[in-house]
Amino acid sequence: MAGSDLVLTGVTKRFGAFTAVDDLDLTVPQGSFFALLGPSGCGKTTTLRMVAGLEEPTAGSIRLGADDITTLRPYRRPVNTVFQSYALFPHLTIFENVAFGLRRTGAKKVKPQVEEMLELVELGQYGGRKPTQLSGGQQQRVALARALINRPQVLLLDEPLGALDLKLRRQMQIELKRIQTDVGITFVHVTHDQEEAMTMADTIAVMNSGVIEQMGSPAELYEHPSTTFVSNFLGQSNLVAATVVEKDEDHLLLDVEGSRLVAPLARAAALTGRVWVGVRPEKVFLAHTGSETDDGSNVLRGAVVTDVSFVGVSTQYLARLPWGQELMVFEQNTGARLSFRTGDQVDLHWMPAHTFLLDAAQDATAGVEREVAE
Amino acid sequence: MSVSAAHLGGGEQQQAAAVEPPQKRGVTGYILLLPGALWLTIFFLVPTITLVSTSLYDPAGSVETGYSMTWHWQNYVDGIRDYGVQFGRSLVYALLATVACILLGYPLAYAIAFKSGRWKNLMLVLVIAPFFTSFLVRTLSWQLLLGDNGFLVETLKTLQLLGPDGHLLATPFAVVTGLTYNFLPFMVLPLYASLEKIDPRLVEAGHDLYASPFTAFRKITLPLSMPGLVAGTLLTFIPAAGDYINAELLGTPTTRMIGNEIQDLFGAGAYPVAAALSVTLMAVIVAMVFLYVRRAGTEELV
Repeated sequence: MAGSDLVLTGVTKRFGAFTAVDDLDLTVPQGSFFALLGPSGCGKTTTLRMVAGLEEPTAGSIRLGADDITTLRPYRRPVNTVFQSYALFPHLTIFENVAFGLRRTGAKKVKPQVEEMLELVELGQYGGRKPTQLSGGQQQRVALARALINRPQVLLLDEPLGALDLKLRRQMQIELKRIQTDVGITFVHVTHDQEEAMTMADTIAVMNSGVIEQMGSPAELYEHPSTTFVSNFLGQSNLVAATVVEKDEDHLLLDVEGSRLVAPLARAAALTGRVWVGVRPEKVFLAHTGSETDDGSNVLRGAVVTDVSFVGVSTQYLARLPWGQELMVFEQNTGARLSFRTGDQVDLHWMPAHTFLLDAAQDATAGVEREVAE
Repeated sequence: MSVSAAHLGGGEQQQAAAVEPPQKRGVTGYILLLPGALWLTIFFLVPTITLVSTSLYDPAGSVETGYSMTWHWQNYVDGIRDYGVQFGRSLVYALLATVACILLGYPLAYAIAFKSGRWKNLMLVLVIAPFFTSFLVRTLSWQLLLGDNGFLVETLKTLQLLGPDGHLLATPFAVVTGLTYNFLPFMVLPLYASLEKIDPRLVEAGHDLYASPFTAFRKITLPLSMPGLVAGTLLTFIPAAGDYINAELLGTPTTRMIGNEIQDLFGAGAYPVAAALSVTLMAVIVAMVFLYVRRAGTEELV
């Protein structure tokens, strides 16, 4: 690990009897856009505050490059934060807010730097205003400028887009990604919004109850979830109980209520006995009962459509299987596919390559309730 | 905090843009104003006019013979000439007491606002608790505290901090101490209210942007607490400048303040000069407050 990677080793934070962060090991490579994703209360913000120096770990160490910064005071760390509430200084102008860090470090020629930074976030003519005279999106950009101008080794973003409306949030996601690519600073981004994390980050660490469930690129996490929590928190998943009956070099043969399914060995997080068979809703196709399906497809027959929601780009179906479980199916509205109505008898089929297996000991609904969070 | 403020700002703009319904606003507002306006007219405006006109009466008059209005501006000149020393002393004592109140009150208000935890309410009650007894009684008890046989004087003498025939009572120190004590809550409460409103995340943001604890205080906490500091200063300085109880009970003839002189002059029936001094005091305080508020620039604060 070279340069100034951010390395957390065995970091634990307890508040009284409550363990917010539990023995966390994490390496954030220099220059990457790293997201800590998880529901509220999972410890992601506490982790961020420990990196910023606003909380001290109960145990473990935090290193930045060769320096141990575990107990370094926040104002001595080459780390800056974009706070969730922006925390702009209400008594200072936008210019002075952005110049705050530079003035503390005794930088020369503050004015051109601040003006350049305000231009970068497209607030050039707002320097003389007070924070309350700006809209939420503009305040967000001031908070970003105020942190970025110091050229920190690591920029921490604590739910930076949480207070913005959906459209503005999309815009800012692309903007943030562009700025990160431009300046090449390590960004550590904390969010509970999986879409936001996937849009921006190179690497996502999914956190739950103080530990990291899984870490990887957005595509890797989405296609190869290793726990039920990750499979449900990142996108949606259909999880069906199954038993492993046979195993060859590349595949596992499974039994689901009498149907035979195949899953690639490379996508199996559990190999024997009871397992969860998982498949993403957009990977599943519907067909009228009894119709031919491609050779080698995984097929579950005899289902009934119980709900149809048309959402424009796709139609979302719920199909009840003979044993009562309902699966989600998203069909793109390309016009090439049949559409179904409530009550239609259907078969569900998908490619074995899209099947993943998870440990049956885990709760199939873990991570589902994320809409309630925050 | 900033989000809600932005929201309010937006509301103002909308309000300005919208067509105002003229009928609805008028009457209710004036009816609500009426009791207060009436009270102020009877108990503030009329007395002020009476006071100003009294200050211009012929000083030759007396309560028995009555006074005549002669536009006797000389009353002001006489008042300043005869009582200029006490006047200056009042302002200096009030200033010293105000500074002492800031030095004692700011750390106290800060501790209550940020460090007291579950003791916050108890501490606030303790700040207000002295008000449950009379101002006079509390000041009288300072006579005992500062008295020559009191514990304080004896201790200071033992520690050689006070000479063998040193006093605390009947000194300028005693008067300023009394003023400081009596007006301290008026400093602490507005300061507390201001400090308590400060979002601690702003201070965290300051630390994050390389401000040491001291710099963060100077650049963030202090400016944001200015409204409370200004209010506290006014609430302390103004009554302290006009106070005469502390000088009366804790001082000597050489520590008399302008309030004592005005009180005596009214007692002796020298109404015009007493009134002239009162008006002068009022004018000087208003001028000083005006300059102070301009300098402190509180109107720029959120």
